[in-house]
Amino acid sequence: MNLTLKIWRQKDAKSQGKMVDYQISGIEGDMSFLEMLDVLNEDLINKGEEPVVFDHDCREGICGSCSLQINGEPHGPDRLITTCQLHMRKFNDGDTIYIEPFRAKAFPVVKDLMVDRSAFDRIQHAGGYISVNTSGNTIDANAIPVNKENADDAFAAATCIGCGACVAACKNASAMLFTSAKVSQYALLPQGQVEATERVLAMVNQMDEEGFGNCTNTGACEIECPKGISLENIARMNREYLKASVKG
Amino acid sequence: MGGLIKSSIARKVAMALSGLFLVFFLLQHFTINFTSIFSAETFNELSHFMGTNPLVQFVLQPVLIFGVIFHFVMGFILEIKNKNARAVKYAKYNGGANASWMSRNMIYSGLVVLAFLGLHFYDFWVPEMVHKYVEFAPEDPSRYYHELLEKFVSPVRTGLYVLSFVFLALHLWHGFASSFQSVGFNNKYSVGATKFAKAFAIAIPLGFIIIAVVLHLNHNH
Ligand code: HEM
Ligand code: SF4
Ligand code: FES
Repeated sequence: MNLTLKIWRQKDAKSQGKMVDYQISGIEGDMSFLEMLDVLNEDLINKGEEPVVFDHDCREGICGSCSLQINGEPHGPDRLITTCQLHMRKFNDGDTIYIEPFRAKAFPVVKDLMVDRSAFDRIQHAGGYISVNTSGNTIDANAIPVNKENADDAFAAATCIGCGACVAACKNASAMLFTSAKVSQYALLPQGQVEATERVLAMVNQMDEEGFGNCTNTGACEIECPKGISLENIARMNREYLKASVKG
Repeated sequence: MGGLIKSSIARKVAMALSGLFLVFFLLQHFTINFTSIFSAETFNELSHFMGTNPLVQFVLQPVLIFGVIFHFVMGFILEIKNKNARAVKYAKYNGGANASWMSRNMIYSGLVVLAFLGLHFYDFWVPEMVHKYVEFAPEDPSRYYHELLEKFVSPVRTGLYVLSFVFLALHLWHGFASSFQSVGFNNKYSVGATKFAKAFAIAIPLGFIIIAVVLHLNHNH
């Protein structure tokens, strides 16, 4: 496959960036998208140019670090996968592919395609935990009965890998899907009830402070989420938030 | 309750509640207008009641005006905030791949509806207010249907009304069902509720279009 790549290059957080064209050849359909970028970077290094910086770690859809807006969609045209799981067979010989960083004011570009997603960490720190004594006398979690449906929903919410595709896809750069998944995984379980009120207020407040947009319920996040996190979580967070606002 | 309207979720809920209120009003407005195409007397009676009842005039009408202003001002605020949340635009953004046109363009369908409301106020509300509260003209309970027909003589005016209702349908196609999600309603009944909302989004604006066209044709006969 021969491809034309249009890639966002930006020297550092402070510099202006721009789209730069690259021609690449010898790409196999079985390569992953990141392997294609590896080939490009080897070319660039051989030519004495700076390689393109992009985030990646596990390369098997677990860590959530690979990002990339590919042809206008986070993680590319395929569904329920991350960029590392995207295969080049999804593209055709002669295609032009746009590769950009996830864009949001709350996700500033570090360099090229790498963005700083620590805003998510700060949302999590604001309340995405339960306070339990773990110093030797922890109660067996299985000793607390949990309704099967709630357990399943909590588990589904907890599969969020914090990749940021929801923010990247949203026309408002809203972090509602991520935050709602993190709120839901506790709101659905008995262990999460004790701190439920403070949790949702603190996490939503942090989300707003980071400068993410509001939710318009377009549903783009749910479609682009590699883990299929459901919009039901956003409705749940809205309920939790309203309840907490009246209480707190 | 402190700080409720300052958070993103509170604003969204306020948007949904004001939108739902307007949907409710729209249904009421439609019901009255609909009588005009088969019974001029009924339309006159209802219009006379709405136009002279003090509860409607001095309580419900101000609430409605507040509701409309609140809704579109909040719509603008959200739009500005949301635009600001993405400082650098994508070179390529495939919005159609994962969300409907209606959901991505609420501000534009809303703006058309707002422009329509300007025309609509100029057509009906301003003359009504002048008639009643400036000129203190004597009340003639049978004047309404006749006044209504006059407005739909012009094919351009009728066309503008039709076009506006198409945009209202686009606005409600996303907006009505979306408001359920905003207030936290998403459960096993949501599929049915969404179907109802989408049917409403088509049926009511279509009904208004039929009324405008029928009135236009009535006058030309
Ligand atoms: C007057 C001009 C109007 C403007 C400028 C306007 C603007 C908007 C905007 C921008 C939104 C999306 C807000 C968001 O991002 O979530 C919205 C939502 C909505 N609008 Fe309007 N609108 C107008 C009139 C109307 C009317 C007349 C109705 C009903 C008859 C209506 C019903 C709704 C509903 C139900 C929603 C959904 C709220 C939600 O998603 O929770 N709007 N409007
Ligand atoms: S909700 Fe989905 S898209 Fe958003 S961060 Fe979690 S896994 Fe990624
Ligand atoms: S590199 Fe870990 S999910 Fe893609």
